[in-house]
Amino acid sequence: MKNYLNIIKNGITTENPTFVLLLGMCPTLATTSSAINGMSMGLATTFVLLCSNFVISCIKSITPDKVRIPVFVAVIASFVTILQMLIKAYLPAIDASLGIFIPLIVVNCIILGRAEAFACKNDPLSSIFDGLGMGIGFTIALTLLGAVRELLGTGKIFDFTLYSDNFGMLLFVLAPGAFITLGYLIAIVNKLKK
Amino acid sequence: MKKLESSLLNMIVVLTLVSVITGGLLAAVNSVTEGPIQEQKDKALADGIKAVMGAEDIKVTADDKVNSSVDGKDREYIIHRVANASGEPIGVAVESASQGFSGDVKILVGLDKEGTIKGYTILEHAETPGLGARAVDWFQKDQKGDIIGQQPSKGKLTVSKDGGQIDAITAATITSRAFLKAVNNAYEVYASEGADAQSGATKKN
Repeated sequence: MKNYLNIIKNGITTENPTFVLLLGMCPTLATTSSAINGMSMGLATTFVLLCSNFVISCIKSITPDKVRIPVFVAVIASFVTILQMLIKAYLPAIDASLGIFIPLIVVNCIILGRAEAFACKNDPLSSIFDGLGMGIGFTIALTLLGAVRELLGTGKIFDFTLYSDNFGMLLFVLAPGAFITLGYLIAIVNKLKK
Repeated sequence: MKKLESSLLNMIVVLTLVSVITGGLLAAVNSVTEGPIQEQKDKALADGIKAVMGAEDIKVTADDKVNSSVDGKDREYIIHRVANASGEPIGVAVESASQGFSGDVKILVGLDKEGTIKGYTILEHAETPGLGARAVDWFQKDQKGDIIGQQPSKGKLTVSKDGGQIDAITAATITSRAFLKAVNNAYEVYASEGADAQSGATKKN
């Protein structure tokens, strides 16, 4: 059991996909204009990561090495599409706020990266825990990034107003703000780790 | 367990199997969710019509489809003719669209019989979250870019940057222009094709 806890902790801190591995930068930068967007993206990614890690770990021994990437991509893309259809059908409110981000999960290299680096070498149960840890790490990072950008840009956190958005620095909601905030957050995380 | 060797036969078999299984799975999920997705769309449209007309007790008497070419691009406009509970026509809700910052912005505009804007809702868009996506609230009543009560018949709505009377969304002028264009087009389609009160038959041209 301790081993599994270590795998989860690994995903959240030691090998945090955003702050340490620097994987999946596209959704990280593009979808974190507010805390709730970041968190939703993180949770959706966690779901796909859990499912794909488990399935890929189960089929690893029957997957010939030379075609493993196409097989992984087919598995990941299927889960993303299923997730999208389910959300559209049963959770229209979530679909309205993050419908356009869901297909982006396919190209998130954290998922392919974990399939390649972990799931195809470890047993299914550890792979589930790896997916969970990485997913939580990713969700925390995106929520944090979204919260900082939302606060500096519009004066709100999770739509809770702290100060008038007349004083907000619009730059932080725009693309450059994503890079600046991410850079500072990585620096702070690295400083804390020492 | 030993890994399957990368021989041609193995690769073909595994890839085919994976494709068939995932394809089958997707087809199965699709057949289950197809109905609910369509229901959600219909419900969103019905709720949208109620919201933009500012009335609860209404019924749609006819849906007229109008094809019109705007800026060299053919678009289909749908005019939903709306009547109140006693069957008296009170106006129309027009589905309109225009090219936004990223992808089409699809809107539903409610117009009363004189062509005054009663309300709007955005049906579909892919604008930047936090910027263009704010169009959902920005042009509503008592918001910064309030368009409710404007009359496109007295001249097209334009953003203040272009000499108009509507405040554009901060840092999303392109979205604002696209939105107002969709509103103007909706009115024009209504004025040219739909002002004559038709009921019953769905007109296609």
